[in-house]
Amino acid sequence: MTLCELEIGKKAKIKAVYGHGALRDRLLDMGLTPKTQIMIRKTAPMGDPIELTLRSYELTLRLDDARNIEVEKVD
Amino acid sequence: MVLALAGNQNSGKTTLFNQLTGSNQHVGNFPGVTVDRKEGLIRGHKGITAVDLPGIYSLSPYSSEEIVTRDFLIEEHPDGIINIVDAGNIERNLYLSMQLISLNIPMVIALNMMDEVRANGGTIKIEQMAAELGVPVIPISASKNEGVDELIEEALRTVSEKRRPARVDFCAGVVHRSIHAITHLVEDHAERIGAAPRFAATKIVEGDRLMLDKLKLTENELETIEHTITEMETELGTDRKAAIADMRYSFIDKLVKDTVIKPAVSRQHQRSIRIDTILTGKYLAIPAFLGIMALIFWLTFGVIGSFLSGLLGQGITAVSSAVQAGLTAAEVNPVVISLVVDGILAGVGSVLSFVPTIVVLFFFLSLLEDSGYMARVAFVMDKLLRKIGLSGKSFVPMLIGFGCSVPAIMSTRTLTSERDRKMTIFLVPFMSCSAKLPVYGIFSMAFFPDNAALVMIILYILGLVFAVLSGLIMKSTVFKGNPVPFVMELPNYRLPSPKSVVLLLWDKTRDFITRAFTVIFFASMIIWFLQTFDVRMNVAASSAQSLLAGIGQFIAPVFSPLGFPDWRASTALITGLMAKEAVVSTLAVLTGAGTAALPAALSTIFTPLSGLAFLVFTLLYTPCIAAVSTVRREMNSWRAAGGMVLFQTAAAWTAAFAVYQIGTFFMR
Repeated sequence: MTLCELEIGKKAKIKAVYGHGALRDRLLDMGLTPKTQIMIRKTAPMGDPIELTLRSYELTLRLDDARNIEVEKVD
Repeated sequence: MVLALAGNQNSGKTTLFNQLTGSNQHVGNFPGVTVDRKEGLIRGHKGITAVDLPGIYSLSPYSSEEIVTRDFLIEEHPDGIINIVDAGNIERNLYLSMQLISLNIPMVIALNMMDEVRANGGTIKIEQMAAELGVPVIPISASKNEGVDELIEEALRTVSEKRRPARVDFCAGVVHRSIHAITHLVEDHAERIGAAPRFAATKIVEGDRLMLDKLKLTENELETIEHTITEMETELGTDRKAAIADMRYSFIDKLVKDTVIKPAVSRQHQRSIRIDTILTGKYLAIPAFLGIMALIFWLTFGVIGSFLSGLLGQGITAVSSAVQAGLTAAEVNPVVISLVVDGILAGVGSVLSFVPTIVVLFFFLSLLEDSGYMARVAFVMDKLLRKIGLSGKSFVPMLIGFGCSVPAIMSTRTLTSERDRKMTIFLVPFMSCSAKLPVYGIFSMAFFPDNAALVMIILYILGLVFAVLSGLIMKSTVFKGNPVPFVMELPNYRLPSPKSVVLLLWDKTRDFITRAFTVIFFASMIIWFLQTFDVRMNVAASSAQSLLAGIGQFIAPVFSPLGFPDWRASTALITGLMAKEAVVSTLAVLTGAGTAALPAALSTIFTPLSGLAFLVFTLLYTPCIAAVSTVRREMNSWRAAGGMVLFQTAAAWTAAFAVYQIGTFFMR
């Protein structure tokens, strides 16, 4: 599943980061690398972008960009 | 000796820079881009300059901030690097550190916010961390000024002993093999451009085009490199960029596991999450934002700003009348008196009246920025601005544009992407600033007394429509290409440091006053000259005979398709360049009606329709001189400022033309 299908508050592990160019580099640089644990904390009031928690900090990204991130749920 | 200060955004870099240099700072630009370059002499040490580099997360080749940092570090050969690392967010911060280390420049890590980590019950094994990274690590608290002296001592020692990082190699296995192979291959090329071979090789393995281009490799070498990297990719089952990012984070994960005992909970983090249940909450975020901005506007343009402006106005009036009385008593030539009083003092006065607004507004803005709230505004408002190719970060500057373009344009400095910043600066003047309000007011009173509010609302919306249209046009022309991705950190809320706030206010005020007494002062002298003299260089008998009126008459035909060919209208528009509210006072003088009778007098020049066209023109045409000079300063280019003047005036003419012609068609 992709990151935007993950429910709010559920934890998941990154499987792969797709996309290309600046966006993908940026995602990887910000620590969204495979095996990293992440959680969606909330969505913005207008439904987009989303707020993530990973590596003990908060990161925001747009839903369109979140589609490039494949995750699997962890229990 | 030059020390470069590098680190992530929100790592406390500016706070540390302020502690190191005090008010002894100089802000400039990196060549060719509008990225700030701050320099200052380190206090208590002779001849040591600190250069504050932009806050970045990586040395990738995408944003201009990252590129100037790289170029600075490689080409300008700083003697050392102080890398500031947020101890509470250590993993992501160390990602940049590892790239900096591979540059092989003497370097010290300043582990900031250690006080918070300790207070929360965490520990970091400093010595072990330093040993594993191969560079000295000094725990500090920039905001409390703890450990800063030790940091400087250690940095000086490291630099004077030319102690380069002890290890520049953080990789293992396949990645290690290919970086190693490529390091050998590019060694000579890298040294020629002054880059560390290891850094160059790692960047190449990452797929960094900019580095490849700079090295000027031969066909053969390029082929070998591509082969090596492809082999690595096949073996790892992943692509090059991910392989390197993963390698760095794997090293960091291990390092953190060995040396960091993280606190179970971070109080600052918990507090931020609690505050965010309101400030980014589903229902409360937007009302809270509007409330905060309304309060700031009310305080700035209402309570404090108007009080200070009033005080300043009284002061200037007192000085003017004293000077006038003094000069008259001394029987000085009346033209000289007029020059001093109406030209110099009035010019200076009108410019100084901006200062209270700027100071007060920037006080609030720096609180928003330094507390971490600005990032939340970007998060909440992003969706609105995305369609015109901007991100939520541009929202606040645009909003301030409704108050005054000058601080709005100055506030774009907090935007981290150069592209967004340029675009925002371009769009801000379409927001109807408060100085245009008197013009709207008097025209609505004269021509649309029953629908005054509606006319004003339409004008405000029209400005927004033009901003959106211009945004769309720019997105597909001048600023084509990929915007910087909106992947933004939401830092923990913190109390702004008073020192940083004061330094920022001082910086902005000084910057504006410097400009006030150069460009703006000069411009107001010209306007005074044109208003005072006639064609034969005699003092004009009445304002109708002045040079300015002559120019007004000369350009008046340009406005006849817009329905207001009267020279008094065009003359008023020229004085509007000084400040938009001057349009009203000029019309009052030229019609001989005075302000009170002006609405009635306007109907001798305008019909309701041409009055509306005039309002549309006033809304959209070139911003005042103070704003134009701010654009020049912020974009570091007269061309950009001139382009903006032309673009907006053309847009204004077209829009007013459309209003008048379409209106005439329907009224026939």
